[in-house]
Amino acid sequence: MRQRFEIPMPVRYLVNGVLIVLLFLLGQFMISAGILSSYFQKILLQVGVYIIAAVSLNMATGYLGQLPLGHAGFMAVGGYTAGIFLKNFPIKGLPAFILAIILAGIVAGIFGILIGIPALRLKGDYLAIITLGFGEIIRVILLNIDTVLGFKFTGGAAGLMGIPKYTSFPAVYICVVITCLFIHTMMKSRHGRAILAIRENEIAAESCGVNTTYYKTMAFTASAFFAGVAGALFASYLGLLVPGDFGFMKSIEILVMVVLGGMGSMLGSVLAAAVLTIVPFALQSISQTVADYRMVIYSVLLIVVMIFKPSGLLGTYDFSLTRIIEGLINRAGIHDGVARKGEQSK
Amino acid sequence: MSKLIPMPTNNLLTERDVDKPPILEARHLGIDFGGLTAVDDFNIAIGRTEIAGLIGPNGAGKTTVFNLLTKVYHPTRGTILLDAKDTAGMNTIQINHAGIARTFQNIRLFKNLTVLENVLIGLHNSMSCSLSESILRLPRYWKQEKEAKERALELLSIFQMQDLAKYEAGALPYGAQRRLEIVRALGTNPKLLLLDEPAAGMNPSETAGLMENIRKIRDSFHIAIMLIEHDMNLVMGICEGIAVLNYGKIIAKGTPEEIQANPAVIEAYLGKKKEG
Repeated sequence: MRQRFEIPMPVRYLVNGVLIVLLFLLGQFMISAGILSSYFQKILLQVGVYIIAAVSLNMATGYLGQLPLGHAGFMAVGGYTAGIFLKNFPIKGLPAFILAIILAGIVAGIFGILIGIPALRLKGDYLAIITLGFGEIIRVILLNIDTVLGFKFTGGAAGLMGIPKYTSFPAVYICVVITCLFIHTMMKSRHGRAILAIRENEIAAESCGVNTTYYKTMAFTASAFFAGVAGALFASYLGLLVPGDFGFMKSIEILVMVVLGGMGSMLGSVLAAAVLTIVPFALQSISQTVADYRMVIYSVLLIVVMIFKPSGLLGTYDFSLTRIIEGLINRAGIHDGVARKGEQSK
Repeated sequence: MSKLIPMPTNNLLTERDVDKPPILEARHLGIDFGGLTAVDDFNIAIGRTEIAGLIGPNGAGKTTVFNLLTKVYHPTRGTILLDAKDTAGMNTIQINHAGIARTFQNIRLFKNLTVLENVLIGLHNSMSCSLSESILRLPRYWKQEKEAKERALELLSIFQMQDLAKYEAGALPYGAQRRLEIVRALGTNPKLLLLDEPAAGMNPSETAGLMENIRKIRDSFHIAIMLIEHDMNLVMGICEGIAVLNYGKIIAKGTPEEIQANPAVIEAYLGKKKEG
């Protein structure tokens, strides 16, 4: 039998690295050459933010197999952390922005641990209800505390205004790449396999000696961390945060992205996040009434997908450029072999 | 077949293993579900390299015993000594770390993962690279992944399954799924392997192969194996000590020959002979 051709590891990383850089340069070129108007640039930034949110929710939903409904809550925690930090930190500019993003992730991650430890002891519906409650509590708290001990804090219902706007295409792009790389490499290690094992069969995972509580909390915390990062980018993109932005519907919107794209598929989350972020803008340009009914369209879309392809559009399929190249080379190799055989028989 | 030697606590042990403490000893083990006593006064000792059998009619409590030994259920009464250490207060995960691995009567594989990944999850605790090492792809990650993969293929080769490594576990035929569960359990490096109906759904030739392999596993891994099975050819063929369970109580213990001749066992399986 013919040895299957495989691309060696360093080349794999090189190919993917080149692809990432090329995509970045393409985006940067389109912005600087003025092909993308500032309106489209804004949409692009939002797409990036929602990709991070969806990919991180996919970690908890697709890989860990839980159903959290409070993802917007973690985004809110991250967003407000970054917003308050950026407003009050003496140094301005890029270092402050990087610090704010990391801090937002960490604070959201801490909330993830706090919610995760009790919530992950429960299964299915109960976890959904607890996280739903968490998301609402965060929103209501943000709505009602504008000052803490006389210190101007969140701005309450009026919103947190005047956050410096640092979010740019390179910042969002780098955050998206880091998020995807982090989650991808994590899932392709013993830690990731343990998380998948919990999704597949918790009792079997336990009897294989996988510390299920630890890995559930780890996945949930990582999910919350990146939601916080998305929140930070969102805060510095808008320059204004209103508690209403992070309501229950926002959590559902992100969940719809993950479910439509395919639970457990990173590419699915990325594509669905991009499409579902662009669609409302596209609808708005047609007519405002159609845009107002987008949640109805989402629900119908979701029902249709659940009926015809319950695992989501891409299922658990994940894109790998190197695998495609390998496939092409191997197919070419087989054709060679057949041709040579034909010559011999003559 | 070696002789069975009586133990101080009404337990029996194979002659070969008698100079070492038994790998597992259950004393007066029992569990109640509400008012129902599912298992009561269960005593057993398993030697270091013994193949032990647990048989009994349907609903006798055999799987419940396995669930007690692996702490899926916590016993209401009694003690379990694993390697002469009390396991009170341990959970399923700690029990696995301490050396018991098991398979399930209704197969519990990670169905959407590949055969290789299933075994790699079994090897989870034999790898030690941290999360940051894995994410940054440091040398230790590559080394351990490579070693684990080789080890997994080696374990799969016990059942000649190394060529199936890339297939989804749920797509395997039933018999192969049962064998994969055994391989995954072996990956956790156990001292005692509990097999819950390993031959269920297998045809006679597959069962014969399985018997051969169970013996081979015991000999090459030097571990003890305890199995629940309804296939009497298998049980009588490979088990050295057998315990018979009926209505949650042990009604007989002994070698296969003793069990086959025991009137209480025959009664439990076939019913009482009519008088006159």
